[in-house]
Amino acid sequence: MMHVISVKVENRFGVLARVAGLFSARGYNIDSLTVSQTEHSDISVMTIVLTGDDRIIEQVKKQLNKLIDVIKVTDLTGHASVQRELALVKVNASPAKRTEVFQIAEIFKAQIVDISLKTIALEVTGDPERIDSFIELLRPYSIKEMIRTGRVSMARD
Amino acid sequence: MKISGAEILIESLKKEGVEVMFGYPGGVVIPIFHHIFDAPFRFILTRHEQGAVHAADGYARASGKVGVALTTSGPGATNAITGIATAHMDSVPLVVITGQVSTSMIGNDAFQEADTTGITRPITKHNYLVQDVNDLARIVKEAFYIASTGRPGPVVIDIPVDVSKGEAKFAYPDEVSLRSYKPVYKGHPVQIEKACRLIESSKRPVIYAGGGVISSNASDDLVAFVRKTGIPITTTLMGLGAYPETDRLSLKMLGMHGTFYANRAVHDSDLLIAVGARFDDRVTGNVNEFIPEAKVIHVDIDPASVSKSVQVDIPIVGDCKSVLHEMTKIVKPPQIQEWVEKILKIKEENPLTYGTAGTKIKPQMVIERIYELTKGAAIITTEVGQNQMWAAQFYQFTEPRSFISSGGLGTMGFGFPAAIGAQLARPDRRVIDIAGDGSIQMNIQELIVAVQHRLPIIIAILNNGFLGMVRQWQQLFWDKRYSHSCISFAPDFVKLAEAYGAAGIRIESRDEVDKAIKKALSIKDRPTILDFHVDREENVYPIIPAGKSVKEMITRELV
Repeated sequence: MMHVISVKVENRFGVLARVAGLFSARGYNIDSLTVSQTEHSDISVMTIVLTGDDRIIEQVKKQLNKLIDVIKVTDLTGHASVQRELALVKVNASPAKRTEVFQIAEIFKAQIVDISLKTIALEVTGDPERIDSFIELLRPYSIKEMIRTGRVSMARD
Repeated sequence: MKISGAEILIESLKKEGVEVMFGYPGGVVIPIFHHIFDAPFRFILTRHEQGAVHAADGYARASGKVGVALTTSGPGATNAITGIATAHMDSVPLVVITGQVSTSMIGNDAFQEADTTGITRPITKHNYLVQDVNDLARIVKEAFYIASTGRPGPVVIDIPVDVSKGEAKFAYPDEVSLRSYKPVYKGHPVQIEKACRLIESSKRPVIYAGGGVISSNASDDLVAFVRKTGIPITTTLMGLGAYPETDRLSLKMLGMHGTFYANRAVHDSDLLIAVGARFDDRVTGNVNEFIPEAKVIHVDIDPASVSKSVQVDIPIVGDCKSVLHEMTKIVKPPQIQEWVEKILKIKEENPLTYGTAGTKIKPQMVIERIYELTKGAAIITTEVGQNQMWAAQFYQFTEPRSFISSGGLGTMGFGFPAAIGAQLARPDRRVIDIAGDGSIQMNIQELIVAVQHRLPIIIAILNNGFLGMVRQWQQLFWDKRYSHSCISFAPDFVKLAEAYGAAGIRIESRDEVDKAIKKALSIKDRPTILDFHVDREENVYPIIPAGKSVKEMITRELV
């Protein structure tokens, strides 16, 4: 099962290596990882998405908690949370196809960030499922390049 | 007034009450050594950095204090790695200080540069690269705090040479406050209550105690708990000495080379009370067949140890000492006479034995004689392999911190430098390293250190001309193909001892054993090597093959 774990850490050099090293040393696979600043300049938040059975996830959380620089570990899975991701997608679109791509962009409130004779680059944000469908709809136009940021998450109150 | 980083380090170590430090100098730590020259604590110059860290480790295990080692950058730090990893696996509190190239040179592939914090990250509890001399005192304070609290472990402080030479005001913090590190010592009362109810209703309980009992100084509390409940107790290798093995309820060690009765009792139990132990694979064998009918109570200070390999019914996160004390107060003795009788009968019928036929010296015999002639009062360190298992099986450990061995990492070459540390920590006790002819050659260079400091350590080599444990596995599981496990091409250990200024005695027949041990015990001003030429193909029994269960235990030689 997929889990989204939010990890509050001391904003110091080497912390990312400690967290990443923990995953590689114990053979846990990360689906995505983002490191972001927070409202406190001395604290960063890592949002880690990983897949594993309950026992592995439990171990991951305990091992993360064991790191001296980790302040708090929250498993957002199963809790009400806001999840957002940003993607940049560059598709092939000749002038004749542009309108179709613009229409899809409009439905998803995507921004046109670059345009050339043969391609259009779009920026879209939303929850990960929304990004998935956006990409699916663009696929017939042949995607030249695509980058996703990985998600950031916040628990709802 | 400002003082240098090197002086700040020395002042900080003084504040921590450091009495002895182990290490080796080199380019970037010369500023620190400049001030160690006048430091009020003892500095022991080993002959290899690995020896320094093992010695600090042995000191820590024997004394319960934090062990301290100092090495230079690059190769100094990488030589220390095995020592640090050994301490990490066995949860030993160490502060290892390494020199580093100047901050302006870091990342530049400078002379004797290594990424020490990067290399040591997975084998330390925590590590620091000091970037500003103003942070140094706080970091030393934190390092000692982190190393010695919670589940103990090694902490590395990497100090660039410009930080050692830089100047700052010295102010040692009174306390440490880390928002992200707050170990829990007191067990949750509801969990303790639940555990006690489960114990009271159990019919076949067994206690399984590990190194956590020793590191939390909880032996007295463990004894009190056993006295009150009457539950039989087995210990791990790391837990030897946590409970007196001479007591009737002691089942001695469990696991791969544990006693038949300990493994049988654990397997047949309906309740396993794990205290400061971590269900290591050498203990459980095949996890699925380890405890088919038992519920599990697990007391441990490290939440990550709970339910890691075996699912736990009642976890109690806390310090063994505090939790055992609380449990002893409220637990009522369970009705388990029948079970205890049964287990004690199995114990009586299946003692640890070995064949005494022939005239060759049996290695087990040597351990038994050392036990008798030291009246069980020695501190035993071991190397790794057959020597380690025979020491664990045939010496009766009755006190905590009297058995010092590399359990988790299984580091050959650990025992002798650890004995140096232990002897410095406990000058009142005789320290004996039970060694193999393979292991002892891994850190033999430290012999001169024991001679220099007139340490009366006895090195008892169980010399069989083999890397015995490897050979045993090759015999039992790999068609007797003794690939590179024969080391009979060996030095003359007696001459080697003499070359270093130590005493050396070769023992080749049974009737010389006692005489040689007595002679070694009478030598008080230098180390002695006892080179016991033992039966070459003696095996360690019983053995549960890796990944198997007690049902597949091999108890004696199959002919």
